[in-house]
Amino acid sequence: MRLPVLICGIALVAMIILGSLLSLLQGALDLPPTECLLALCDTLFGTHWSTLDDYQRVVVTELRLPRLVLSVFVGAMLAQCGAVMQGLFRNPLADPGIIGVSSGAAVGAIVAIAIFPASIGPLAVPVSAFVAGLLTTMLVYSLSRSKQGTSVLVLLLAGVAISAFAGATIGFISYFSNDEKLRQLSLWQMGSLAGASQVNLWLGFFAVVALAVAFQRKAFALNALVLGECEARYLGINVEALKRQLIILVAVGVGVSVAYAGIIGFIGLVVPHLVRLVTGPDHRSLIPLSALCGALLLLVADLMARLVVQPAELPVGLVTALLGAPFFLALLIQQRRQWS
Amino acid sequence: MSPAQRVAAMLELTNLRSQHGKVPHLAVEQLRIGTGMMVGVAGPNGSGKSTLLRAIGGELSVTGDILFYQRSLRHWDPRDRARHLAALPQFSQIGFSFTADEIVAMGMIPLSLSRQEGKRQVAALMKDTDCHHLMGRVFPSLSGGEKQRVHLARVLLQLSQATQPPLLVLDEPTSAQDLKQQHRILALTRSLCRQRGYAVIAVLHDLNHVLRYCDHCVLMKEGRISAQGKPGDVLTQDTIEAHWEYRPQLAGHMESIPVFV
Repeated sequence: MRLPVLICGIALVAMIILGSLLSLLQGALDLPPTECLLALCDTLFGTHWSTLDDYQRVVVTELRLPRLVLSVFVGAMLAQCGAVMQGLFRNPLADPGIIGVSSGAAVGAIVAIAIFPASIGPLAVPVSAFVAGLLTTMLVYSLSRSKQGTSVLVLLLAGVAISAFAGATIGFISYFSNDEKLRQLSLWQMGSLAGASQVNLWLGFFAVVALAVAFQRKAFALNALVLGECEARYLGINVEALKRQLIILVAVGVGVSVAYAGIIGFIGLVVPHLVRLVTGPDHRSLIPLSALCGALLLLVADLMARLVVQPAELPVGLVTALLGAPFFLALLIQQRRQWS
Repeated sequence: MSPAQRVAAMLELTNLRSQHGKVPHLAVEQLRIGTGMMVGVAGPNGSGKSTLLRAIGGELSVTGDILFYQRSLRHWDPRDRARHLAALPQFSQIGFSFTADEIVAMGMIPLSLSRQEGKRQVAALMKDTDCHHLMGRVFPSLSGGEKQRVHLARVLLQLSQATQPPLLVLDEPTSAQDLKQQHRILALTRSLCRQRGYAVIAVLHDLNHVLRYCDHCVLMKEGRISAQGKPGDVLTQDTIEAHWEYRPQLAGHMESIPVFV
């Protein structure tokens, strides 16, 4: 019933490459496909083959290319964080946002958009989102700690409460904002990859690779945690340290994603679920395959966001939610049948 | 206690106390377990049997000393400890669809085994615990007894690379098993004691099992060890009545071991 991990991995990489090419060639501006590829070669290898004019060249290499790269990074980051959160909570329905990082980051971004003067510069929103996301996670985590250790249940409930509070704060700030800022606020909350050309993608690259390496080192221990905390301790795992490290890593991963692209839902929830159905729940394969699958999904979602209503475009978070929510419900219904 | 036993003591508990509010729910003066010993813990519900096992496993904050091979359990390296001390959980719920053999293979986490050797060991131990036919089955779909046996295979794998005879902690290992499996499991653990020097401490509700399989019986009441020694000496009609408020009938003797009903 399960498919081999290696084959799935190769298939996903192939589909990502295919999707990337498609994403590079398609858009509001109609360009000849070969010319687009030549322009890409020119940028990557310093050749001079393309006959595109400067404006067209910019569209391909400075708008489409960074955007698809960012979609791959953000998708991979969110999906592997989702896989880790579900393992940590021993619940296949957990979401990376559950520890409060997304809602905290949203408050940070919204404060930056609505209150900070524009003169601070373009980094104000992402940095403020990242910092607020991390601080919120710290708060949720410290609330869940007691002498007996960290309670996952309290962590979850504290995350829910803090998220509700963050939602109210966002509503409060929105209520007192003018129309222009309000539009900016709501667009940010829907998530978008449109800002890719103005950000440093190297940071995203390092974040996604560092996260993948760190998670892989913890994957076997995460399997043990699925048995239960006591059993993991008997297996020689320092459970408290593991939980702390994983929560920090997830907060950083989701924080970076949110800073880059706003709130993009359902990738972190749906992707690990899907991968588990196909190749099984072992975290040593689940985490890397989730990263690939998440990258592919967000790449495709962003392509759709760009193409469906051209020349305008939809926020990508809207697309992932529109597709993800019904899909997730379908999974739930299927599993409900299985369980009953 | 004989001098020989004194030397061989693998686990030594002294003055173990754990408070829960004002009431101490565990107060153990002394307990020694030597290599090759199978210890049965008996007592009525709520007498502190599971609490004692949790204290031995380090799951409970206690005052007093727990020496494992003359070294406080706190000072053991976690991985090394895992290779020498394993516990069978009483209940198990796993939210993900790991297969039974994947669960058994998790016993390898503290070990260093090649992939092939690991596979071989998983298969062998699943045979020993009579769950070889469950390979590939999804763990959450197994019955309670099957789950327990899969976990038993896992903890036995965990102890397979011990450099000194290990300690196996079993909390009601027979509670979910049918008659055949109960005796299979107890015979298996006793053979590990006899042949490989394992020490086993098991909570058992069936006193006839304690009489038949254990070398040492620990009788508990209200968080204290009220009596310990040879099972035949500790478990008599009088002591059973004093602990369980039920006077059993002596049905006879089997191989000179008393049988109570």
